[in-house]
Amino acid sequence: MKISVVITLKKDVLDPQGKVIHQALDGMGFNDVNEVRQGKYFEIDTKETNPKKAKDEVEEMCKKLLANLVIENYKIIDAQ
Amino acid sequence: MIVNEKIAIDHGLKEDEYKKICQLLKRTPNITELGIFSAMWNEHCSYKSSRLHLKKLPTKGKQVIQGPGENAGVVDIGDNDAIVFKIESHNHPSFIEPYQGAATGVGGIMRDVFTMGARPIANLNSIHFGSTQHKKTKNLLRGVVHGIGGYGNCMGVPTIAGQTSFDSSYNGNILVNAMTLGLVKKDKIFYSKAAGLNKPVIYVGSKTGRDGIHGASMASASFDDKIEEKKPTVQVGDPFTEKLLLEACLELMAGDSIIAIQDMGAAGLTSSSIEMASKGNLGIEINLNNVPCRETKMTPYEIMLSESQERMLIVLENGKEEQAKKIFDKWNLDFAVIGKTTKSRKIELYFDSVKVADIPVNTLVENSPMYDRKWKKAKLPKRNKINKDDINNLKIIEVLKKILANPNVCSKEWIWQQYDHTVMGDTIQKPGGDSGVVRVHGTNKAVAASVDSSAVYCWAHPLTGGKQVVCESFRNLISVGAKPIAITNCLNFGSPENEENMGEFVECVKGIGEASSYLKFPVVSGNVSFYNQTKDQGIKPTPSIGGVGLIKDYTKMITMGFKEIDNLVLVIGKTEGHIDQSLFARVILDEKNGPPPEINLFNEKNNGETLLKLIDNNLIKSAHDISLGGIITAVSKMCINGNKGINLKKPKYLISEIEYFFAEDQGRYIVEISKKHQKKVLDILNKNAVHYDELGTINENMLFLSEKTKVTIDELKGFNTNWLKEYMSN
Amino acid sequence: MKSSVITFPGSNCDRDMDVALKKFGFKNKMVWHQDVELPKSDLVVLPGGFSYGDYLRCGSMASKSKIMQSVINFANSGGMVMGICNGFQILVETGLVPGVLLRNKYLEFICKNVFVKISDKDNNYFKNINNNLLELHIAHNEGNYFCTNDQLKEIEDNTQVAINYCNREGKVEETFNPNGSIKNIAGIFNKEKNVLGMMPHPERMIDPSLSGEDGSLFFKNLINNLK
Repeated sequence: MKISVVITLKKDVLDPQGKVIHQALDGMGFNDVNEVRQGKYFEIDTKETNPKKAKDEVEEMCKKLLANLVIENYKIIDAQ
Repeated sequence: MIVNEKIAIDHGLKEDEYKKICQLLKRTPNITELGIFSAMWNEHCSYKSSRLHLKKLPTKGKQVIQGPGENAGVVDIGDNDAIVFKIESHNHPSFIEPYQGAATGVGGIMRDVFTMGARPIANLNSIHFGSTQHKKTKNLLRGVVHGIGGYGNCMGVPTIAGQTSFDSSYNGNILVNAMTLGLVKKDKIFYSKAAGLNKPVIYVGSKTGRDGIHGASMASASFDDKIEEKKPTVQVGDPFTEKLLLEACLELMAGDSIIAIQDMGAAGLTSSSIEMASKGNLGIEINLNNVPCRETKMTPYEIMLSESQERMLIVLENGKEEQAKKIFDKWNLDFAVIGKTTKSRKIELYFDSVKVADIPVNTLVENSPMYDRKWKKAKLPKRNKINKDDINNLKIIEVLKKILANPNVCSKEWIWQQYDHTVMGDTIQKPGGDSGVVRVHGTNKAVAASVDSSAVYCWAHPLTGGKQVVCESFRNLISVGAKPIAITNCLNFGSPENEENMGEFVECVKGIGEASSYLKFPVVSGNVSFYNQTKDQGIKPTPSIGGVGLIKDYTKMITMGFKEIDNLVLVIGKTEGHIDQSLFARVILDEKNGPPPEINLFNEKNNGETLLKLIDNNLIKSAHDISLGGIITAVSKMCINGNKGINLKKPKYLISEIEYFFAEDQGRYIVEISKKHQKKVLDILNKNAVHYDELGTINENMLFLSEKTKVTIDELKGFNTNWLKEYMSN
Repeated sequence: MKSSVITFPGSNCDRDMDVALKKFGFKNKMVWHQDVELPKSDLVVLPGGFSYGDYLRCGSMASKSKIMQSVINFANSGGMVMGICNGFQILVETGLVPGVLLRNKYLEFICKNVFVKISDKDNNYFKNINNNLLELHIAHNEGNYFCTNDQLKEIEDNTQVAINYCNREGKVEETFNPNGSIKNIAGIFNKEKNVLGMMPHPERMIDPSLSGEDGSLFFKNLINNLK
């Protein structure tokens, strides 16, 4: 089954890329943007078929490798 | 929130320190004030455990323009040019988040340098990791290297040299020390001393966020309602913004509107404003509502203690605000007038029209605590008796193979190829040599820099170790033909509250002082990092020394690769056969005890200065200092670098080949000379009473230890270059 | 000969390029990214560096800056435009040259000397150059050139490949490919060959004290071709 994960910088952590993309959009005339935050998106295809177990496993992956919880959050967005 | 002793202790203050604060203020501080005190009085800003000992270091010299106490040290290199340089640690953050920790370390040190008006021209680093077997080491190494490269490469400043070591004492505490050199005109150096009343205080750079706020450990609900989002103590670096900040600051500095400038490093707005006020013997008044903030609802406490990166504080001449703002607007950076200088000699902060802090500056600086910590003197260990049979049974090529592939000796190409070391178009000696060398743009001069540390020697005997590191830095500069000018030091130690660790600190500093004073190689800047420990176990004492030297005519620069077949190779300095604490003893004999090699400062100076004389007379074709791994390791590297071989012969005065080739006696160099200069060179060596041995003659591609014992240079190269690449690709 | 070097926020080889161009006889002007008009130029250079921090995609935001419209018009009317490293990435993002530059195959920044084989001399950049090989310097994280099979066929049919990574003897093989780029491509032209994008930095090889001198050959030849 496939599970998707989104990793973002924690709210209070500076996102330099998001900031500069925001400035560039502004310069191109997209003036309504309040903020841009950039993240990472993962699709993990696992042999596990039990959605609960698969999700738990992906959660472990997030904690141990995919995200550094000092500065990042993860969100498992779906299991299918 | 009402402040009490418990909250003070949660902020890292000691009971009596809190009492002293209340006495000095003649009242209980509020939370913002407490935060300011805790930041200013912590070890990092106040040097409370180290100050007493650091004072004894020699800091003056003919070429020293600015010693310790400013953002960085400054030395004169003639023709109105000066070099600004400093080394700084970023150990703890790099262990938690290696990429960002290392990146912001590099960013911070570059800011220290361009704050003084200098354009950074070279970066160096000294990085230390746990055992190569430790499960975290590989990821930490990769993260740190990517972080250093990520920041330095983006800034467009070449990383020209460095040092990497592995030792299990760093398993839980890696070290990341970053050094930067900048170039400035002598009459355009900027300092942090505020002057004049009612001058505008300006904030420039990035916005302030809740980055690395001190005292985050207390996680008090009143500062953070979202407990699940624990406040980050590691900052994210933004090298792009720093590049803009660099260009904007240098553009502003070209004019005459800046009175004082200070970067916001550790303890951010707090330490920068207080240092400027303290040095100028003035007060500063700040309206915190004017500080550009990234987050909503930031409190005065958070604004003052934020460690957001890429920010500067400037005291400007009156009436120059508009002109300055234009420059920062052009570079898309925040610019805000946040306060003014006053005659009160106090830090006065306002928020929502309420005075939220009112502290006399001297209570934070002059009256900060200073401790004479207890320390234990280290005894010089007894020499080991080496069993001759153990040695005589060894196959020397096998030993050499192990030594060349040792993680602390092997080629670090995998690391430095990830650093842009050629941007700016002036790098004339790349990483991998004794020192990195960059030309002073548009002149015939070049500046050499190297960074060294010898934790094993310092651990075995701190006083000797401290001297040794300075001497090694001296030798590394001389080996490329540079005249040593001054050093910066980054002192990485365990806990000052532990008598043994404190003893290591005191005696290493004493050793550094003795050597730098004798060699006229003063300390002009530096930084102390204590508490590098896991539980009660401190790291091996690791002072890193960054040395800077000058080459007046860059065409005379020396590299280590052998140049020409049939040239003669000499060892300068005497080999006594000191095996204790050598790489050979530790790796091959598994012997960890014994004293480090002795330092003879007279020989160091005499040998070094004589070699410089030879170089200046164009008599030296290649040179390399002898350090870890002894003569054979040094000579192998010269073969590998120059793609040539050598026929070695051992002088008769030492019995064992192993002792001669692997001993780590100090004050030695290997040099290549042309046979036609032999007499001239030997005359100069004899006249200056410098001991030398004839080591051999250069051949096409084979290292001969004897008729039968030989190895091709390609094989040597294989031993030396493959280890790290293979380690990192597994 | 007049040249212009564009400075974007985050460019960091702009000075090096200025030094190199002047050394070989160009009258060079630095042009700010927010300017609208290009000065009169015989050659426009987009220098290396990290424009906009390399955030989002390398070169993406610089390709949208004000001056780029003039650069695109200049190129479309036949003007010589050269993008080095980040400049190449910007050219790709504007569409002036085909393809994209991906992250290096081994996911690491690479700074070292490489050899490149000149694949086409029927253009103003490499015409009359004596060498078939140049030793140049690379320093990049995203130099892994990629394009679709159709694009590749078109590029090859039009002889748009400028230089390929090779060894000292000129052999173009995967072993000598530092970043995984398709067919060892290190630089390409647009169809008309007035626009050149390449990863190597000739401006870092203009002095015997530096990493080498083959950059000097390139610039000397270039200015002669433009005269």
